[in-house]
Amino acid sequence: MSSAEIRNLILTVIALGVCALLPMADSGYWLSIGLSIAMFTVLATSWALFSGPTHYISLATAAFFGVGTYTTGLGFETLPFWSLVALAGMFGALMAALVGLATLRLSGVYFVIFTLGLAELVRQVITWAQNQSGQKGLYVLTDITEAMIYWMLIALAAAVYLTGWLIGRSRLGFALRIIGDDETVAAHSGINTARAKVLLFMVPGAVAAMTGAILAPRYVYIEPSLAFTPMLSFQVVIMALLGGTGRLWGPLAGVVPFTLLWESISSNFPNQTTLLLGLSFLLIVYALPHGFVGLLDRLRQRVTGGVS
Amino acid sequence: MNPVLSLRGATKRFGGLVAVNGIDFDVAEHQVLGLIGPNGSGKSTTLNLISGALSLTSGSIKLRGAPISGLAAQDITRRGVSRTFQLVRLLPSMNVRDNVIAGAVFGHRRRWGGEARDFAERLLERVGLGGKGHLPIGQLTYIDTKRVELARVLASDPRLLLLDEWLAGLNPTELQDGIALIKSLRDEGRTIILVEHVMDAIRSLCDCCVVMSSGSKIAEGTPAEVEGDPAVQRAYLGEQAHA
Amino acid sequence: MDILITGLLLGGTYALIAMGLNLQYGVARIMNLANGELLVAGGFGAFFFYTSGQVSPFLTIFLVAPAAFGVSWLIYRIMLRPLVNRAKSRGQLETDSILATFGLSFVGVGLMLAAFGGDYFNYSYLARPITLAGDTFALNRVASFLAAVVICGLLYLWLNRTRAGLSIRAIAVSPDSARLVGIDVPRMAAIAFALGGAVTAVGGALISTYLTLDASAGVIFTLKALIIVIMGGVGDVRGTIVAALFLGVVETLVASLIDPGLTLAAAYALFILVLLFRPQGIFGKTPT
Repeated sequence: MSSAEIRNLILTVIALGVCALLPMADSGYWLSIGLSIAMFTVLATSWALFSGPTHYISLATAAFFGVGTYTTGLGFETLPFWSLVALAGMFGALMAALVGLATLRLSGVYFVIFTLGLAELVRQVITWAQNQSGQKGLYVLTDITEAMIYWMLIALAAAVYLTGWLIGRSRLGFALRIIGDDETVAAHSGINTARAKVLLFMVPGAVAAMTGAILAPRYVYIEPSLAFTPMLSFQVVIMALLGGTGRLWGPLAGVVPFTLLWESISSNFPNQTTLLLGLSFLLIVYALPHGFVGLLDRLRQRVTGGVS
Repeated sequence: MNPVLSLRGATKRFGGLVAVNGIDFDVAEHQVLGLIGPNGSGKSTTLNLISGALSLTSGSIKLRGAPISGLAAQDITRRGVSRTFQLVRLLPSMNVRDNVIAGAVFGHRRRWGGEARDFAERLLERVGLGGKGHLPIGQLTYIDTKRVELARVLASDPRLLLLDEWLAGLNPTELQDGIALIKSLRDEGRTIILVEHVMDAIRSLCDCCVVMSSGSKIAEGTPAEVEGDPAVQRAYLGEQAHA
Repeated sequence: MDILITGLLLGGTYALIAMGLNLQYGVARIMNLANGELLVAGGFGAFFFYTSGQVSPFLTIFLVAPAAFGVSWLIYRIMLRPLVNRAKSRGQLETDSILATFGLSFVGVGLMLAAFGGDYFNYSYLARPITLAGDTFALNRVASFLAAVVICGLLYLWLNRTRAGLSIRAIAVSPDSARLVGIDVPRMAAIAFALGGAVTAVGGALISTYLTLDASAGVIFTLKALIIVIMGGVGDVRGTIVAALFLGVVETLVASLIDPGLTLAAAYALFILVLLFRPQGIFGKTPT
């Protein structure tokens, strides 16, 4: 590893360590915000691992998340918590593989459309299943505190960063960057493009499901419309693109400001959160196509460059 | 002697349009075959059929005796067939060296890490881009982009090289350099199919030519033989003269 | 049997809505995810004029159509043309237009929420029964279906018999070739996009006569329109109509025989089957 990489590793470990101290300092409002930020960081960073290099916009986050939430909701009385999280991860990966196999051989448009309705689809199916069984919702009553959820998210974030770093140095990561640049060249260089895409897509699928499983105790009462909010998918996409997918820490740069903005808008103008989402998308497309990371790169070029 | 590549009755239809009509030819090992003909004769389509970018409507294409016509492009590449494209396709987000490494990692001899980097550097020297590995591709001249693509193709250790109008669009100096480069590849003993319009190149590089017109093969032989063939002259005289 | 007819009635209106998206995606190459919001806006328009002025929705569509045409045209020129110009590849244009129209759809929902509130709205128009083939159906569904048939028919004639329609179809097949034969592609693409918006809004006005809508109902319609367009084959009018009718029948079947809550699941199941076995759609061209 180069000295820059060692420095980044140390900085990341220190940063994670500092974040882990939050529950000691505050157990109310700031812990709650910190928890949201941690959750979105995990979701947005894992989202960017796939959608960044391939440019396939996944809106399936809410579907995976809901599956994870329900895994905990259905199993917390019979299985230990950590095994539920692992199980959720497997379900998420499996679901991602199935979705990927169906749609990733085709152009990105089919993928976006399919994932757009996926959360809604799963929600409908689960609602129907619940109506058949007579149960309207699930109570998740555990001893798990917000602090514990927070720490689990920090640990998951560390795992996501590690995974992202490893993928970036691997053949798979290289293959995906080639696919994102020119899929024809990728195929003609010997890359099995469909398989590479499906494999990588399983990562955000598993991670989002695990996040949902971890968050379930916080909701206490789970019902389909709560577990499968399409809003979640849109928020994750905006945060990741706002921050920029060019770097591993890029999504984090989008998560923090957007979460804070969202909190303030939903407290003061609760009906205008949709408008906020819309304006953010437009901002990203027209002003910040490569996010804050891209902006930073352009500024850096202008400062150090001249003739680049 | 087993031919490296052999086409029998290769046909490609797009709806009602027959782009390639029952083409037969063989490419022997170490041979440089020129595929020539007027515009629209089906040369590039034939190349696309060989590389797997398009699928055959009927007929067969065999690589060393094994049929490759139903396979996906990535599988055909892994069996040792690599190609350049009519419009140069490079990877915009990477520098020159990484573009070459892209060819080395996933071919049939999978290299990685330092080994791939050294290999790429040697190939860059080979094609005349020594020392330029760090450059972003946006800064390259036109012929240099073609060199990068050629290096990428060579990086996958191909047993058969398909060059799709690789010499197109070059000025006279660059053309001489380009012809010299391909000549050096020929001297290494590589097997090449060259789709070209530039007759100078065909004459100096090719052992054998196949002439196509409107999807069919109308002549085959050495460059001198086909140039003298009345059917070929008719096919070309119907158009504006090319090089 | 009555399921079949009810399904066809539903499918007819779906066809109109999907036609709008087909024009926008097939010709202007814009995947307009804000399509559903324009539909809801059309529905709002019909609702407003009926409840305040007793104006029949079938007359309101003559107001809604030009308004939607103008709005869509402006959106294309101001927001989407810059994306067309700056996209370096078709894939990038698709991604950019998806995100941009997505943002637009949320802005649309937000504005409608602010203007009309979050309540559902519906009104009773032509809610009388009518007897056809021995079964009774709601007159408003039948009337909407007939209106949709007329409009689709007019569209079909326009696309296939007029010069402008021919230009539009040419662009749908190949924009580059169309440019080479002298067709003003940017202008025709804008017109196609605007026309698609008008058709969708009219569909919304028609559908509001028998369905309950609210500010956030757009997304489901967008999804269904997308599924229909892809099932039928992008750019093909006959395909869209056939696929829309098919979806209408399947949905009605599922709603009556299995569960009304599974209509989206049914649409998705169809979508998956198409993606797996015939991604170019029923009438689409095989991808090369």
